[in-house]
Amino acid sequence: MAEGIKNKVAIIGMGCTKFGELWDRSAESLMVEAFEEAITDAGIEKKDIDAAWFSSCFVENNVGKSAIPLAAALKLPFLPGTRTENFCASGTEAVRAACYAVASGACDIALALGVEKLKDIGYGGLPDFSQLRGIYNRLIYPNMTAPGMFAMMATKYFDRYGLSPEEGKRTLAKISAKSHSNGARNPRAHLQREVSIETILNAPMVAWPLGLYDCCGVTDGSAAAIIVRADRAKEFRTDPIYVKALQIAVSPEEEFRYQKWDGTHVETTVRAAVRAYQEAGIKNPREEISLMEVHDCFSITELVIYEDLLISPRGRAKEDVDSGFYHLDGSLPSNSDGGLKSFGHPIGASGLRMIYEIYKQVQGKCGERQIKNARIGLSHNLGGFPANCVIGITIWGNEL
Amino acid sequence: MVGISACGLYLPRYRLKRETLFQAMGWFNPGIKGMARGEKAIANYDEDSLTMAVAAGRDSFTDMDRAKIDALYLASTTLPYKERGNAAILNEALNLSSDVRTSEYSGPLKAGTSALISALNEAGSQTTLVCATDCRIGKPGGNQEALCGDGAAAIIIGNERIIATFEGHYSLSYDFPDHRRIEGDKFNRSWEERWVREEGYSKTIMEVFHSILRKYGLHLQDIAKVVYPPLSARDHGEMAKSLGLKPEQIQSSLIEEMGHTGCAHPFIMLIGALEEAKIGDKILTISYGGGGDALLFQVTEEIRELKNRSKLKNQLSQKEELKGYEKYLSFRDVLPKEIGIRGEEIAPTSLSLHWRERKSILGLFGFKCKACGTPQFPQERICINPDCGAIDQMEDYPFSDKKGKLFTYTGDNLTFSEDPPALYGIVDFEGGGRYWFDITDCPLETLKVGQAVEMTFRRKYRDRARSLYGYFWKAMPLRE
Repeated sequence: MAEGIKNKVAIIGMGCTKFGELWDRSAESLMVEAFEEAITDAGIEKKDIDAAWFSSCFVENNVGKSAIPLAAALKLPFLPGTRTENFCASGTEAVRAACYAVASGACDIALALGVEKLKDIGYGGLPDFSQLRGIYNRLIYPNMTAPGMFAMMATKYFDRYGLSPEEGKRTLAKISAKSHSNGARNPRAHLQREVSIETILNAPMVAWPLGLYDCCGVTDGSAAAIIVRADRAKEFRTDPIYVKALQIAVSPEEEFRYQKWDGTHVETTVRAAVRAYQEAGIKNPREEISLMEVHDCFSITELVIYEDLLISPRGRAKEDVDSGFYHLDGSLPSNSDGGLKSFGHPIGASGLRMIYEIYKQVQGKCGERQIKNARIGLSHNLGGFPANCVIGITIWGNEL
Repeated sequence: MVGISACGLYLPRYRLKRETLFQAMGWFNPGIKGMARGEKAIANYDEDSLTMAVAAGRDSFTDMDRAKIDALYLASTTLPYKERGNAAILNEALNLSSDVRTSEYSGPLKAGTSALISALNEAGSQTTLVCATDCRIGKPGGNQEALCGDGAAAIIIGNERIIATFEGHYSLSYDFPDHRRIEGDKFNRSWEERWVREEGYSKTIMEVFHSILRKYGLHLQDIAKVVYPPLSARDHGEMAKSLGLKPEQIQSSLIEEMGHTGCAHPFIMLIGALEEAKIGDKILTISYGGGGDALLFQVTEEIRELKNRSKLKNQLSQKEELKGYEKYLSFRDVLPKEIGIRGEEIAPTSLSLHWRERKSILGLFGFKCKACGTPQFPQERICINPDCGAIDQMEDYPFSDKKGKLFTYTGDNLTFSEDPPALYGIVDFEGGGRYWFDITDCPLETLKVGQAVEMTFRRKYRDRARSLYGYFWKAMPLRE
């Protein structure tokens, strides 16, 4: 295996706007806010930045293709700039690109910034996929949405493990209730209120068996990171976070075109996780990771992620859900900021928002939702559907 | 010897009770109470006359190797495209060879039998699949709405394995303008019903009936069954009296079971007659509309060899009531609904891409890897089997006739569907191959992981802004 990125770069500043249905905010306004917070946090100025990576995904019709919307919003002075797009994992891609550039020595200080302005579409949910999956696929793919594609994994999971729809939905409801509970402790979250299991179970159906509270928010927001070489990080601050792993895996689509995949896990997550643990030198993720921010676009996604990250045994994530293992006060808190479910999901910003929470937790700045002794954090960012997706996994630590 | 080699038919799954029509529109037209008996077959929202023709054509292959077909005729008054080969789409969907000669018959309701006669006249030298199909709609509250049903049938005409020999025909052509539609008309317009019945229906059928008997020197008692379409249930009975038929000579009009299926109706009635015929029976089939045709067949011993002689009976029994008149109107695009901005979003169709990939889109052809034997869809150059990965080792592999098992599924309320929730799932095909498809013709509650499914050709979308219908295949629960 290649030497890897471990300990080569660090994050010295981050910014994240409040997420939500921000009817009165433009993408440009959100980008400026996330950027301002990040450079102030890093103690640098715009002129110190050598290069920028910009992630946005679905709303390119609103925001614009290329890195020009970023350069124009921030008035970046003719800097190198590139847009990264990998569906909902776009934000992690911006960070990965910035880290690689800094690690290579091509630049000293890099900006990664993601934004999404979903609430200018005119209807609920993500933009219709008919425009977004390639013209041939549009003619032969089913009439799908994201909830439906993930719901199919719940159908299969319930069937394989003998869970009645009621049992299965109750397990999933516990995950959503946890996210809402965490979100209620986060002033920047889209949805800041506790929701009971019964409310979750009685909510309208979105895509069987997933109800409204099994689905994450559709949200506007922006987040940003400032990346430098690890050996220079302490020049900027005493508590940077250091990269331990950056891994991306992309599905070749054999999952839904070849009779091998079991439909109850995301193979891409497993592949990326194994590589990330190897890169980070993590032998026992269940013990070594302090907190994780995972791509809970739907409750079933988070359940399956617990297993795919090799933390809960296969088919037994339910036991860890029931025991509170992933709660804020559990052994391995998951989505302490509310996750996609409650913090919200501005697509291009989500990967950066996950790292933002890890950054703040490791620095001990999370107030009511602060995790004790947070040292190693993992982010898991999924773009696409269970059967064909991009997975970005990053691992960060407070020490070199 | 030429004649009928095989038959197939298709009735859509849904039935609408005429009582439902009366309950909805009787306030406006109390006169439809007299017709408020029985039910009519109605196409699902994703069906039209072309998709039904595909289903009927496929049904005929139980008794005929499709490779033997030389020509394909499609008859209907409701084909989706005015200019573009409807029969060519049918040809692709039926996985027939591109050197099959396709032709379309339209205009009057006798277009179906006109196509049949053409095929019979050419049967000495070719095998022809004749598909007749219709999906006509009447204006809300009118008699036509109560009368018309949706359905399709296919008859293979040739010179081998003849189950019923062709004994002759007689044709009349009249410009009897009882019904008409012109460019842009969704509904039929008609003249006074009494005039239609007395001057058109009764006289034309009478004339063609007596003319063919005279032409071939036959007597009424020589004919085992007479097939002629209904105008209404009562008119069909009255006609029998006028013709002097004994009850056992009357082929059931099916008006109360499925409604008048337009061009397809004489075909479906003839198939019904063949299902119950004895060897040696003479069956006279008459069509009406723009004149009329009479065709005389005689049943042979070969009929015993048919794989399935109860297709009509089966399809009449496999049904489900569509409850709600508004849903029917919506399915037929009569009732405008609030479909929302998501529903209004239709991406453009690339027709150059459609042409390039037509075998996969219309014919559901995938590939089978010659190196590892893995069937796969759609057609791509590198084998999907992760342990193979061979490049360009592919041969065509048809999935449309493969049965499968439902690997997983959902019912989606977020996406736009004409009949929410939108059902879709992943199908594992027998013999290999996996893909995801829309699912149709069943409610969400009946779906189960692992259940048996088959493929059906459906209309996937309608792009009004660009005058396009998009067709593809969906999965549906295996029909018995």
